[in-house]
Amino acid sequence: MADFAEIWSYLARGPLVWLTLTLVAYVVADALSQVAGRAPLANPVLIAVILLALTLWGTGTPYAVYFEGAQFVHFLLGPATVALAVPLYQEGARLKRAILPVLAGLAVGSVVAVVSALWIARALGVAPETLAALAPKSTTAPVAIGIAQSLGGSPTLAAVLVLLTGIIGAIVATPLLNALGVRDWRARGLATGVAAHGIGTARALQVHPQAGAFAGIGMGLNAILTALLAPAVLRVFL
Amino acid sequence: MIQALTLILLCQLAGEAVARALGLPVPGPVLGMGAMLVLLAGSDRVAAAVVPVGQGILRHLSLLFVPAGVGVVGHLDRLGAEALWLLVAIVVSTVLAIGAGALAFKLVAGLTGAGQEAGPRDG
Repeated sequence: MADFAEIWSYLARGPLVWLTLTLVAYVVADALSQVAGRAPLANPVLIAVILLALTLWGTGTPYAVYFEGAQFVHFLLGPATVALAVPLYQEGARLKRAILPVLAGLAVGSVVAVVSALWIARALGVAPETLAALAPKSTTAPVAIGIAQSLGGSPTLAAVLVLLTGIIGAIVATPLLNALGVRDWRARGLATGVAAHGIGTARALQVHPQAGAFAGIGMGLNAILTALLAPAVLRVFL
Repeated sequence: MIQALTLILLCQLAGEAVARALGLPVPGPVLGMGAMLVLLAGSDRVAAAVVPVGQGILRHLSLLFVPAGVGVVGHLDRLGAEALWLLVAIVVSTVLAIGAGALAFKLVAGLTGAGQEAGPRDG
């Protein structure tokens, strides 16, 4: 009979074990988040990522090998974005009534996200080429990567900053909006989707379906607005 | 379910093709979302098939960010000496953007009579 190390080295080379472990880590993270009463800090993405990063580190597995398995999950991001049409469709009437507040929240959230990030980073002495990767941090990853590249920033760094922004947004949104006394699910969802894209939208969906629908529209609209806005704002800051 | 998944993928595919063909800065799946919205609004049969499947996918949207998130851990050193400053910029600007966006929504909703709707603690 083959020993454990032999079986492991055989399995670890294929996609099955990494796909399974990705789902296991998420199931564990989601259960922990539920036990914690969906507390913002018990973010399931953050917990699952930490569990898997520790596993990869402990087993000496390169990310490329891990991604062979995890790519099947990653691929679903595209279809899930299309599926965001479902909450939009269900909230259609409510959305139509709120079109002006939606556009106001989008414009203000989008401009504040880009301008404040660049202003703070520049004041702290961050290099210009890093600013180019930072500018689109509030948009969904494929858009941010495209924008960063067209501005001369690193696409990898842009992806890192996008994910950090999403996780931070998902963590701060609930306590922040409670503190500000914003109780309207539409306002809460939209602002979170605009500032923290898909990860913020995932958090909003977890909290309330109406917040999720407005987060989805915020994310989609901000992808378009930031693509138009970021190059102009960056020029001011360089 | 297979019909719904097929429609979802067709919308994504159409979105990708249009985005690429016209050189749009918007990602294909976001255009696909728009196409799906048109289909849902246009046909009750499509809505009946797609709504439950779409809800099923979105229930665990968080899961789909996990592989990319694990990739980020390996690139945290990319942040380099500027890591702390970038983190400060991201945290502060995300707080400001969420707060300002939500307050702008609330203000305009009040002005235009789009009103206040139920929120947390309102039941």
